[in-house]
Amino acid sequence: MATQDAPSRWDRKMQQRLTRGEAAALGELYDRFASLVHGLAHRVLEDERAADRITREVFTHVWEHPDAYDPHKGPLRTWVAALTSRLAVQRLRALETAALAQDGEGSTEDLEHKVRHASVAARADYIVHAMPTPLRAALELAYFQRRDYRQTAADLGVTEDEARRRLRLGLQLLATAHDTDTPGAPPGYGGAA
Amino acid sequence: MRSAGSPDDAAQHADPEVHAVAGLPGSAAPGQNMADDSYGMAESGGMDEPVPRVSVEDSLVAPAGWEPAPVFEHRVLKSLLGAWALAACSAEEALAVEEHLGGCGACADEARRLREAVGLLQRPESLDLDPGLRTRVLAGCLDRRPPRIAVPEWATSYDAETARLDALLQDFGDAEWHAPVRLRWFERDTTATRRTTVAGVIAHLLAVDGLVAVALGLSDPLGDVTDGADATPAGRTEAYWRAAHFPPTRSVRTPWRKQGRDIVRTASFTGCGSGDRRVPYGDFELRLRDALLDRAFECWVHAEDIAGAVDYPYTPPSPRHLNAMIKLAVRMLPHTLAARRRAGLASAVPHRHLVPAGEPGRSLRLEIEGNGGGEWLIPLDSPAALGSAQHEVAHVALDGAEFCRLAAGHVSPAEAAAGQVGDREAIKDVLFAAASLSRM
Repeated sequence: MATQDAPSRWDRKMQQRLTRGEAAALGELYDRFASLVHGLAHRVLEDERAADRITREVFTHVWEHPDAYDPHKGPLRTWVAALTSRLAVQRLRALETAALAQDGEGSTEDLEHKVRHASVAARADYIVHAMPTPLRAALELAYFQRRDYRQTAADLGVTEDEARRRLRLGLQLLATAHDTDTPGAPPGYGGAA
Repeated sequence: MRSAGSPDDAAQHADPEVHAVAGLPGSAAPGQNMADDSYGMAESGGMDEPVPRVSVEDSLVAPAGWEPAPVFEHRVLKSLLGAWALAACSAEEALAVEEHLGGCGACADEARRLREAVGLLQRPESLDLDPGLRTRVLAGCLDRRPPRIAVPEWATSYDAETARLDALLQDFGDAEWHAPVRLRWFERDTTATRRTTVAGVIAHLLAVDGLVAVALGLSDPLGDVTDGADATPAGRTEAYWRAAHFPPTRSVRTPWRKQGRDIVRTASFTGCGSGDRRVPYGDFELRLRDALLDRAFECWVHAEDIAGAVDYPYTPPSPRHLNAMIKLAVRMLPHTLAARRRAGLASAVPHRHLVPAGEPGRSLRLEIEGNGGGEWLIPLDSPAALGSAQHEVAHVALDGAEFCRLAAGHVSPAEAAAGQVGDREAIKDVLFAAASLSRM
């Protein structure tokens, strides 16, 4: 479990089982990633039904094209997240473009701004999801539970120095959501949809 | 670290208690009430040098009784940027950082970047996915690309219910895992109970699902614990609990989940033909297709026990799966009725009504309302007889959820909310037979 190999072995086996057309594997894939996929889609589209729809599209895509995933390029989780973000942002763009064409309110710049904002939010969500647990736990305490860094250190059983380091590093990682083409961040990697 | 005097004092007294004081639960929001702290970063293990002394000038201008404003070195200020951006440092530290940002371009850039990053932190919105979405998504996928190795129809309710319970367990902490649960079932015409915990319930599911696992050729989760124990669901559960020596913990989730997945997977590979395999339950047996429906039903019933124990909502299975579970119970009713009659627990068959196998006999119309319900004619005199509208002697109507509560032993036959018309003895016999389908 603690070894680096374990997750990628799971990824490879999952891919083989999906390729083989094993329906039970699809269920396991869903159970592992559905909340990630739905959460990301919801962050971009801010609508339950729309997020349901993206969830369906993502799993359909993976089920129909399991070979599109390359285990050598990264974890399955990253690939699925990238695919989700891209489909969700595409969908947002389509919805906003249609709305713009229909009532002519707003501008193309507004649209681009909105789409960009949504994709940054999706990337940020993914980064929080994927960052090492110690960093996420520190951010969780300091931000959501409003603990200061000393309390955070005590809660985590680490030195205050370490708590400060984790908070800073966590935010540095999160800040890369603003950079386009961040390596490892969802959009830009994930194969064609 | 409280009122430690001056910063260099704090640097010298780097004892563990200092951390404990800072971390007192229930302390005020970040940045508040920290005024008497003396800049504890110096005492934390990773620092090589003590915090520099307060400058003489500062001390001179400070009014009597005030703590002198601290001076931090660049390295320390930089390390504080994350905590500062999150408003998770003391007021003095925040002030020192802000003063520093005016004169240090690199730190000012990073500070701005980290501040913006804080704006990206958002609580996950809805953790609970609509359980129906799983069914719809999987069905949509399988429509587009038919599976080569399908999950047999009779295993889909077990697949769905175990996935649903697992999702409920997802965010449980120790408090939830050890929350008390009282298992209830109907035994010798009265309600029996057994105290356990949420983790104990999962151990129970693991032990009883093991019957199906073994029938499929998988390993028995009980190992050799079963030696000498009876192979009934209750016997296996008690044996498993006893053998553990300690009350079950959250660690039981992984083997339970893995076994569930292995069962679904193995059933898929052995194919639809395996559905007729026998699964022994100790004092009776079920065909595999029915055993998995039974396990799906038990999984749902116990998921409701667990959800109730931690005060969380839980919905019934999808109508299609609920219907399959109700149908199984209905099919088992005539057999249970006959067994109860043999044991002297049900009214005797009036002599003139003895019917040959395959012939219509006295029947009770069971009407189950709501999603997943239906209407059935239950032969009363023999499991081999045919239900017949011409020989209908009674009519019972109840809601699907209520019928399931009755069959789970969660409501007694006397208390079940059922509309009843006709032969009172026949109605009583059928309601008691439904309740006695339940077991631990």
